[in-house]
Amino acid sequence: MVVLKYQARIYVTLRPSVLDPAGTAVQSGLKHMGYENVEQVRIGKYVELTLTAESLDAATKQLDVICDQLLANVVIENYRFELAEVSAPAEAKV
Amino acid sequence: MKFGVLVFPGSNCDRDVAYVTRDILKQPTRMVWHEETDISDLDVVVIPGGFSYGDYLRCGAIARFSPVMQATVEHANKGKLVLGICNGFQVLTEAGLLPGALVRNRDLHFVCDRIPLRVERTNLPWTQLYQKGEVITLPIAHGEGNYYADADTLAELEDSDQVLFRYEGENPNGSLNNIAAICNIKGNVLGMMPHPERASDAMLGGTDGLKLFEGLLKVAVAAMV
Repeated sequence: MVVLKYQARIYVTLRPSVLDPAGTAVQSGLKHMGYENVEQVRIGKYVELTLTAESLDAATKQLDVICDQLLANVVIENYRFELAEVSAPAEAKV
Repeated sequence: MKFGVLVFPGSNCDRDVAYVTRDILKQPTRMVWHEETDISDLDVVVIPGGFSYGDYLRCGAIARFSPVMQATVEHANKGKLVLGICNGFQVLTEAGLLPGALVRNRDLHFVCDRIPLRVERTNLPWTQLYQKGEVITLPIAHGEGNYYADADTLAELEDSDQVLFRYEGENPNGSLNNIAAICNIKGNVLGMMPHPERASDAMLGGTDGLKLFEGLLKVAVAAMV
């Protein structure tokens, strides 16, 4: 059985309806730096992980559950991810 | 009435809770390590305050997947009592036992204070020894206590009378509808940001929290009759 290795880049962002006081504080810092033209700052999270799976489809399904259950709290956050096969395939485990 | 106090790496109010239930109220109490799976001996599960798993990722997010929380969900589903205080409230929302989420305080400050709370509902074990509309004082100490839920969830909470305590006067963290404590629809699961265990011994400057724990004992007595 071929086991493929994937690299995932996951972006977790606050839902638009949730206030982001940390983003607002950073924006005020930017104002102090002189960047009056910065209109809005929203702070999210970026997660990298690698996983092995039989196919891109299987990896996508698994990652979706991982994001929905743990990496993001869908009550307050949205997530999206990019998945790419890593060039050297992982050794198949028998 | 047997109490169990969950202990995660990073919990720091666990002993305060046990002091109230074991030393003040003289009830059997055991500390329950997060890796335990059998809590069938317990009547009340208390998830204490602190920083479970260092608050990594989100407050309460990782605790949710601990073995003891799987057991706690079963405990709650049987209709038995579960109390989450501060970080415990965050764990309960992450676990889906309570709706909504607790996000960073509006003003970014970690707030550590004593604040007035209005008792909104008294026909549940948790609040039966208080008077409806009574204003009590409890300590708060949190950085992420700003209760958030979408408009529909919030309306449901209000319609079904699930808000047990509300901040009176100034809102310390920006929580929607001034919410300080909510229960699930059945009423057996309570999450609250204020610390009743820190206001149960007169030596600590207040005893407004003690009635919450005493109310639970009344349930036990009623069940025995």
